[in-house]
Parts: sequence; C-alpha cells; structure tokens
Amino acid sequence: MALEFHISPGGSVPIYRQITDQINHAVLAGHLQSGDALPSVRALAETLVINPNTVARAYGELVRDGVLESQQGKAVTVAPRRQKYTKAERLRRLEPALQAFVSAALLLGFTPAEIGAMVERRLAEFASRTPGKGDGRD
Amino acid sequence: MTDPVIQTQGLTRYFGGKCALDSLTLSVPRGCVFAFVGRNGSGKSTTIRMLMGLLQATRGGARVLGYDCAILAPEARGRIGYLAEGHDLYNWMTVAQLEAFQAPFFPHWNKALFDAVIEHFGLSRSAKARHLSRGERAGLALALTLAPDPELLILDDPALGLDPLARRALLEAMVYVTRRDDRTIFFSSHLLADVERVADHIAILDQSVLRAACSVETFRRCVRQFVLQFPGRPPTLPEMPEILESFSAEREVRVTLANATQQTLSRLAELSAAPLREVPLSLEDAVISLLSRRKQRGFFLQEVAS
Repeated sequence: MALEFHISPGGSVPIYRQITDQINHAVLAGHLQSGDALPSVRALAETLVINPNTVARAYGELVRDGVLESQQGKAVTVAPRRQKYTKAERLRRLEPALQAFVSAALLLGFTPAEIGAMVERRLAEFASRTPGKGDGRD
Repeated sequence: MTDPVIQTQGLTRYFGGKCALDSLTLSVPRGCVFAFVGRNGSGKSTTIRMLMGLLQATRGGARVLGYDCAILAPEARGRIGYLAEGHDLYNWMTVAQLEAFQAPFFPHWNKALFDAVIEHFGLSRSAKARHLSRGERAGLALALTLAPDPELLILDDPALGLDPLARRALLEAMVYVTRRDDRTIFFSSHLLADVERVADHIAILDQSVLRAACSVETFRRCVRQFVLQFPGRPPTLPEMPEILESFSAEREVRVTLANATQQTLSRLAELSAAPLREVPLSLEDAVISLLSRRKQRGFFLQEVAS
C-alpha cells in the first residue's frame, strides 16, 4: 500500500531519521505489512526531492534493525516481524520513550489508573488494526 | 576511493592587501553533491572563479577533473557546467536563440534535457531573456548549463533570489543529475534546509578560512548543544577549546560544543547540578554556532579517519 512520507528539512531531526521513524511507525500501526514493497531509493529520493544516499541510509538502517529486507535486484520489502534484540536491549531502547511518556502524563495531572487505561486503550487500537499477528518466523 | 574531481592546495587570493581566500585545501570526491557554505564575502565566489580559471591565484593552486585551473583547456571547460552567480544571460536573445547559440560549443548537447528543464520552469521558447522573471532566468541558465551533460556542475549560489517554486525546481534538477552516479555537483548556498536536502558533503568558509569539510552527517554529529543546570546564578565556565559558544540564563548555561569527547562531557557534567541535557540542533543552528566563534581560527571539523 502507498505510504505518504512527510519530510521537513531544517529541523533538529535529520531527514534519514524522519524516514526511519515514519516507516517504523507505519509498520507498527499496520499500514505496512510484512512483504509490502517500499519505493525504490531513486523513486523516493525524487519524490521527496532529497539526496538518494539519505534514502539508502534510512533503508540500510532499517534492514540492519530487521524491519526491512533487501535482496539483490529486488525491491526493499517489509520483513516478517521478529525479535532480534535481547530483552535487556529492548528495555534499554524503550526506556527514553517510557520516561518521557510517564513524566508528561504525571505532569499533566493524570492519575496512574488513568494512564494505565489510556495505554490499554491504545494497545487495543493497534491490536485491532494489525491482522496476522504472529506471522513472524520465530 | 576514486580520484577527486576538485582538488585545491593552499589556494590563496589577495585583492590588494585584503585576503579573500586563505590557503584553501579542499578535496571534492567524484559522484557527490558538495555544498559550499559561508557568509557573504567569506571567499566562496572567489574560490569558484579560481576553479573556473577566471581569476588567478595569488598562491597555491587547484585542479579540476585533473587539469590545472590556471590553464584550463577548452576541452576541460566543456566537461564542466558552470552557473555564475546572478544568472547572466544575453538579454536580447530568446530562449530558443540562446540554445541555438550555445549548443554548437559543446560536443554533446542534450536537447531533450534542455527542453525538459525549460518546461519544468514553465518557460516559452519564444520569450526574450530580458522579459523573464528571476526564477525563469535561473531555469534558463540552468537548462543551458545542464544540456551539455557536464561531468561536474559548479553552481555559484544558484538559489539566490528564487521564489519557493523555482527553488524547488532547482533542487529537483539537482537530484535528477545524481541519477548518474559519476556526476558531481559543487554548489554554494545560504539555504541550509536545501543543503540538508541534497548535499552529501559540506565545506564551511569563514572569513576566508576553511572551518569544516566533511559529510553533512559528520558535521551534525560533531556540533552538539548541552544544557548545564545550576541552583542559582551560573558561574563562568572554564575556558575549554571545544566550546563554540555559550549562553547563560537564570539557572542554566547552554553550551554548543564541537568535537566534544567523553572527557569534555564529563568535565561539564561535574560543573552542572543536574545531568547534562542534550538539545538537538538543526543544521542551521550548528552552522551558526560554528561561525559565531569569531576570533579563534584554529578550529576545524573534518572526517575522522576510521
């Protein structure tokens, strides 16, 4: 399916990071499914009017993270979901987002119960949008 | 690593007693998009004019496509697409006449490309150069520069005075040129959001001296900003060579660092009452911080050999 990228140069987030964030988000939200093809590096660079190396770098990073797959001569596709990090590493990567979220929620005066309910509701939304759960290889 | 397409060695130029470019040593690899950045009067155009053999060096030298710039043969010149600052054109000619005049000077004239660029900028072939808007003139100058299919494009502030649409069309044309990975673009610009879009490498001139030459990514990694917090009025920070600039506020000091090591950060962390907080910088913020350090000229950012 078509994924609309929105790039804003000039900010504090580098362009390649904006691309990886958007692909990660689309995969998590189920807008991109395992096996879906991404635009070629050249096509995306010309659509977004950015240096092709920036796109290549974003794709390369996601291939390394196991989010995307690339085979010689074929389109880059979304990889089957699988876990390549250890539990400790996953916790470490989650920590900054968790910290920011919890601080913001408490500062805004939400109670722990309310925060818990919000997280549950959001998780339920993701679950309903992501069919084929457990199509990973391991 | 292939041969550099541009290589300068101690390139220096004086105008009377005034130094316009001080010992520039710079290497531009083949196949990249290279941005040349600096304030007005920092020496960018002077450099470009010497690269094109339009101005003699006072000292030092430069090679472009392997040729000595001081004696650039017509054959070499034909392989370079040069867009001078201000998009100078023969005003009395029409678009079609300018093409007919220019084409015979080059062995390969890509008419389809010329027409595509003209159309991209919405130009009529019968329009006289004199009657074109600034954006249209830029489009025409660009079409004339791209049509000979040059190996190396040297663009002196091509976005100067362009409206957002013409600027976007220019960037699209630059990205189009990178379809061939042996084509190199060397361009000067003040628009750092554009630089961020299209450039692989950045070189920064400040008061005639080169202050950075590296990938855009390396540059962003080298220039970082942190906030130190204090219980009361912040003390004066010790002199540290890595500090580009610092601002004191009521209970905090914001420092921008270049080439900070772990040691630099620990030293600053010891001064601060709370852990250092990093503030992500835009490319523009980073460049401004680097250029704000007026008096110390020894500072230099470059690719760390891996």
